[in-house]
Amino acid sequence: MQMTAVVELCFVLLLFLLFVSAQAVDRSNFKTCDQSSFCKRQRELKPGQSPYRALLDTLELSDSRLTLQLINDNNKVRLLLELYRLQGNMTRVKINELKPIKPRYEVPDVLISDPITEALSVVSQDDNSLVLSLGGNEQRLIVSAQPFRLDIIEGPQVLMSLNSRGLLAFEHLRVRKDTISHKISSTVGSMWDSIKSVFSSNSESEETTGQQKEEQPTSEDGQIKEEEEEKPGMWEETFKSHSDSKPNGPSSISLDFSLPGVEHVYGIPEHADTLRLKSTENSDPYRLYNLDVFQYELHNPMALYGAVPVLISHSTERTMGIFWLNAAETWVDISSNSPDTVSSDAPQTNVRWVSESGIIDVFIMLGPKPADVFTQYASLTGTQSFPPLSALAYHQCRWNYNDQEDVKAVDQGFDEHDIPYDFIWLDIEHADGKRYFTWDPIKFPTPKDMLKGLMDKRRKLVAIVDPHIRVDSGYRIHNEIRSKNFYVKNKDGGDYEGWCWPGNSGYPDFTNPEMRAWWASMFAYDQYEGSMENQYIWNDMNEPSVFNGPEVTMHKDAVHGVWEHRDVHNLYGLYVQKATSEGLIQRSGGVERPFVLTRAFFAGSQRYGAVWTGDNAAEWGHLKISIPMCLSLGLVGISFCGADVGGFFKHPSAELLVRWYQAGAYQPFFRAHAHIDTPRREPWLFGPENTALIREAVRQRYALLPYWYQLFYNAHNTGQPVMRPLWVEYPAEVITFSIEDEYLIGKDLLVHPVTDEGATGVTAYLPGKGEVWYDVHSLQKHDGDQSLYIPVTMSSIPVFQRGGSIICRKERIRRSSSCMENDPYTLYVALNPQGFAEGELYIDDFHTFNYQKSKQFIHRRLSFSNNSLTSRNLAPDAQFSTESWIERIVVIGGSRPSSVSLISADGVESALEFEFSSNPAVLTVRKPSVSAAADWTVVLRREQFINVYKHLGVRKLGDFWVNYLFKRKDSDWSIFNEKRKLKSAM
Amino acid sequence: MTCVHLLLTLVFAVSLGTPVEVHRPRGVPLSKKPFYEENKPFTCLDGSKTILFDQVNDDYCDCKGGSDEPGTAACPNGKFHCTNAGYKPTFIPSSRINDGICDCCDTTDEYNSGAKCENTCKELGRKEREVLQKMAEITKEGFLLKQQLIEEAKKGRGEKQSKVTEMQDNKKQLEEKVEALRTVKETAEQPEREAKERHLKAWEEQKAAIRLVKDKAKMAEAFLELDDNADGLVSVSELQSHAELDSDTDGTLSEAEAKGLMGGVEQVDTATFESVWENIKDKYHSESQPEEPAPVETPVDEVKEPVVDNESEPYPEDISEEEDEDDDDDDEYHEEDEKAPPTMKTPEKSQEDEEAMPPYEADTQVLIEAAQKARDDFEEAEKALREMDDQIRNIEKELSFDFGPNAEFTYLYSQCYELSTSEYIYRLCPFNRVSQKPKFGGSETNLGTWGSWSGPENNKYLSMKYEHGTGCWQGPNRSTTVKLTCGKETMLTSTSEPSRCEYLMEFITPAVCQEPSNIDLSAHGHTEL
Repeated sequence: MQMTAVVELCFVLLLFLLFVSAQAVDRSNFKTCDQSSFCKRQRELKPGQSPYRALLDTLELSDSRLTLQLINDNNKVRLLLELYRLQGNMTRVKINELKPIKPRYEVPDVLISDPITEALSVVSQDDNSLVLSLGGNEQRLIVSAQPFRLDIIEGPQVLMSLNSRGLLAFEHLRVRKDTISHKISSTVGSMWDSIKSVFSSNSESEETTGQQKEEQPTSEDGQIKEEEEEKPGMWEETFKSHSDSKPNGPSSISLDFSLPGVEHVYGIPEHADTLRLKSTENSDPYRLYNLDVFQYELHNPMALYGAVPVLISHSTERTMGIFWLNAAETWVDISSNSPDTVSSDAPQTNVRWVSESGIIDVFIMLGPKPADVFTQYASLTGTQSFPPLSALAYHQCRWNYNDQEDVKAVDQGFDEHDIPYDFIWLDIEHADGKRYFTWDPIKFPTPKDMLKGLMDKRRKLVAIVDPHIRVDSGYRIHNEIRSKNFYVKNKDGGDYEGWCWPGNSGYPDFTNPEMRAWWASMFAYDQYEGSMENQYIWNDMNEPSVFNGPEVTMHKDAVHGVWEHRDVHNLYGLYVQKATSEGLIQRSGGVERPFVLTRAFFAGSQRYGAVWTGDNAAEWGHLKISIPMCLSLGLVGISFCGADVGGFFKHPSAELLVRWYQAGAYQPFFRAHAHIDTPRREPWLFGPENTALIREAVRQRYALLPYWYQLFYNAHNTGQPVMRPLWVEYPAEVITFSIEDEYLIGKDLLVHPVTDEGATGVTAYLPGKGEVWYDVHSLQKHDGDQSLYIPVTMSSIPVFQRGGSIICRKERIRRSSSCMENDPYTLYVALNPQGFAEGELYIDDFHTFNYQKSKQFIHRRLSFSNNSLTSRNLAPDAQFSTESWIERIVVIGGSRPSSVSLISADGVESALEFEFSSNPAVLTVRKPSVSAAADWTVVLRREQFINVYKHLGVRKLGDFWVNYLFKRKDSDWSIFNEKRKLKSAM
Repeated sequence: MTCVHLLLTLVFAVSLGTPVEVHRPRGVPLSKKPFYEENKPFTCLDGSKTILFDQVNDDYCDCKGGSDEPGTAACPNGKFHCTNAGYKPTFIPSSRINDGICDCCDTTDEYNSGAKCENTCKELGRKEREVLQKMAEITKEGFLLKQQLIEEAKKGRGEKQSKVTEMQDNKKQLEEKVEALRTVKETAEQPEREAKERHLKAWEEQKAAIRLVKDKAKMAEAFLELDDNADGLVSVSELQSHAELDSDTDGTLSEAEAKGLMGGVEQVDTATFESVWENIKDKYHSESQPEEPAPVETPVDEVKEPVVDNESEPYPEDISEEEDEDDDDDDEYHEEDEKAPPTMKTPEKSQEDEEAMPPYEADTQVLIEAAQKARDDFEEAEKALREMDDQIRNIEKELSFDFGPNAEFTYLYSQCYELSTSEYIYRLCPFNRVSQKPKFGGSETNLGTWGSWSGPENNKYLSMKYEHGTGCWQGPNRSTTVKLTCGKETMLTSTSEPSRCEYLMEFITPAVCQEPSNIDLSAHGHTEL
């Protein structure tokens, strides 16, 4: 016993060493498909005739639910197929064992509610098929009996087929029949009896309905099962020195999907890979298994910290989605009949999902447009949480800010260098011996003083709270969790313990709602000592990371209540963030919006905060990959994504750091972070020139905060991603389908960050035939539907505003976003070739739920057409007052007006001063001074001087002078003012 | 237009904190007032444009340089002037106007934000004066001490220089002495060598005679052994019984080979055997003696590589950083050096039956003793010279250090200063090295050895850089920057590690104290009213 302990300790130490000493990812720490026995078993199964047959005579149909049984002709095990037509053009396909010997896990808490179903009706039926109507658009679902397959068609076109390659495979739960089970044959025997009785009653019921056909006699039923092939790894599996006891035996599931006409598929994050998913025919499948991967490599299908089992397909014709609701280890194989130029075969993409346990529960989102798929997915798993505005601003992080003095010095550094920031972050060293919810008594003796100091600057702090809990009888959190029996259990029933930052640690069972409620209560100000309202939380290591566990995570045979860790693994991180986020809401009495960052995530994690791409490195490749990684997350609902600016591991060159700030300033979650062993890299440590470049990048972010905020409001309401691949807005432009070095923010800003060392230019593709784009810095106009070479210097961040859009900015950059809350707006009206533009403005208190609870917000439509810009209320039932006003309107791409005037809500018209430059064509209207909450119109007039003169009697004097100057073709303000002064002197 | 906004557009602020405010646009310093003439067009200070006076501070940015909005946050690069009566006037970025944060101690930056600011200028001024006064006192005393240090250093330097000169003279004498002793030694060694050689030669001759006698005896014995038939002759066939004499190493002594050894004849008698004996004596084994055992060779297959465990990964040598710090290369090398090369076996020892050389004769012994004394004298003198050289080098090295413009840092040389924190004892030995030693056991870590002065351009003597300390895991070698500030004492006041493996120490010393008259009490700007 002692010996074992020593050996184990040594092993722990060695593993820990290995963990901290490797230079790059040690692939041997992580399983390949071949090393994961179910994946190997499943992948050995090749496409062909499916052994499954649908028993059409078992059909049962209520208005919204259709069930029928499937039988595997090889082993006679029956499955139950459930089909639902869901509101919003979706189909749900569920397959479970008809009579499993024990229940199989169905993922809870991911769907926001039971999806609303719509009536399914049988259109026709024959011996071998069943045609169901999916509602309008001639959409049909065809169930073929033998072999079993499902086809979704629209008119003559097949949109998607399931099991068309015969890869449906469902490992039914069974009783082990090896020597050990014979030894305990008495118990097994009785189990067998009960199982047999289940089956016999089943056959009996069939007999009574007289529909039993070629079924094997009951007695043989079990026989056949027993003869089934035993494969290695079904009942026990070892990886490196870890063994998985697999008490439930084989339980994996698999299903294939064929997508005719599709060549581009996306999604299934998180992988450090291209935006467009690659064929996995010559590699491992993409793996979804939340893992703490040390120094991950780029461009491979290895699993990373989070998993969202959602795949999006896109073609010029249609966009669709497949949501595979399963939280166990999952592998996704992608193959395609790539368009063979010789043959006339239509392109097709095949996707095969394999999971280790649980059931098949698939949501097929039929689009047809990208926006429809986002809406459909959002209706299932919810939308992005609406963050407080400050969370969209700049975050300064480091492992670690050493102590309170350090925090203060960094805070002052930002003021001294006039760089705004909203959040400073504390990593694990802030806690007393990595006991989260506590503070190191020497380094952070008075956290409230520190927080108060930040609050005085209207800034905030994030402290880390990880889910591994130090096993220490002197630690209250540990004692409470233990006494409440809230820890995950090991296979033998004791508290599961693993090695993490604090040393030996326990892992609270976040799948337990009582545990989550308790955890949430720990964030109350009187529970979490030293915390204050401007402190927010970061959940790291929640894959969960277990340094001495298999693949640096928890043993699959660990136990969460009645379920194995195997079943819930990918869900653990979501629950941690959910509980933490609920804690932050509760501590403010439900008033304040939370902000919680997580590293691990699952489908639905978007509801609880932000994610980042984990422990990247200070390398150009990692800067580049941040774009497709966040784009992939955005496609599957998680908009609030960012990568560590500067790169976590290693030391960035000044050039890389500057370029990363420039790129990060245009990604949703904008945080600099660094490993403890890297030299300090606050923005002012790289010389004045680089400080200035970083300052400018951060300032650009702050100026655009109103736009980011409005996009997040939109994402929260509609599920549309904030950061979008070009094809989302230009779905018919094939050239955009593989672009991943540029992207759209909303639909109106196109960003092509510089991500190459020593770059002197970038080539950006500007989409949209007949559209125009304006360089946001020079305001130069460029035509759409072209690749544009843009020379760059170190200060360049190529960003374009779409002609036809209006973007609101706040151009008074202050210390933090909170300091800017009442500042006025500048509207950038970028005209399209038709002289039209529109945009939105959203304002609320920027941090509470009042926008939701009591409709306290302003949401306005800004539209420019026929030479007038109008602000119209989009939410007449909402109310909010703001001190913000409109200080400037910049109209880009128009012509010189003769006069500009403001018509206020009460119809009073007053003249506005303006400047116009013709190359580029920019009209700057000075100080409309109208409240951002008000209705108003600004009119640009192009009358001839003579007409103006005619109306002089009814016009204001200001107009006279504006027009007088216009006639003189002289818009210089100074002369204008001279004249005006002269006039007033008269 | 809201009421608030009306307020914003007010051109002149109602003075809140200072009753005797000179009338000028908000945020404009007195020195710039002439540019802001009321009711006259305002020309941007960068000359970019001219605007109406009522557009000054109207909360809209007209001038590129921001000069039209000194009192609002409208311009991104504007500057707001706080008078801060009672304290130091200052400029703040205009983005800090009305941002809800009190920046100016006279509260003038927050005139419309709702921030509740208190005028703290008086208090700050008082504190500032206290600090300055204290600093002035310290500086005054410190500067006096510094003068002493300079004097001492000057004196010390003079002394050292004259000492060096003196030592150089002594060194010359020593060198002469060494040369003289070398001659004496060489003179004494010549007869010693000759006497020893004579003695050795005589011994060699004696040994050769003895060997000859022994050889003869062996030959006779061999003859008897070989002469199996005792006919007084050794025949070819008799010789062939001794296979060890095989010359072509095929293991047998053929007839031809044996004949060859016999000098071509069929048999030899005792007299002619002498020439045969010459051919065979090296290989010949006496039949009465057992054969020498063959040297035991270690079978190659027994030498195995250390077992490689497939499961184990290549771990780095160092288990943790602590251990990493331990590896002191120097020690290891010393150990290597001390290991003498494997001693060669003296050939004499293997020759069995030779007696030891007889002792030297008395007169030779006398010569040896005389030579030994000359050698000892010479070596002693040479050692003294080396020591003298070292001393001179050390003093010269010290003299070559940059101890500041007036050598005021000289006194730190060869001193060490310690500071104890909760975990470590830090030790700074100026111009030498910085180290860290765990309080509760564990070895010392080198945080850097003296590199250079590293202060700002105008005074590089305000900080020291120590570099090339013990390496960090995945990181650079440790280094330390020591910041020097004026103080009455000389001591280490703080240490920190702002960045991994980059240490920062604060050190006070009178040596950096400035002459008090050089300290401008209002260095931070002139007090305005």
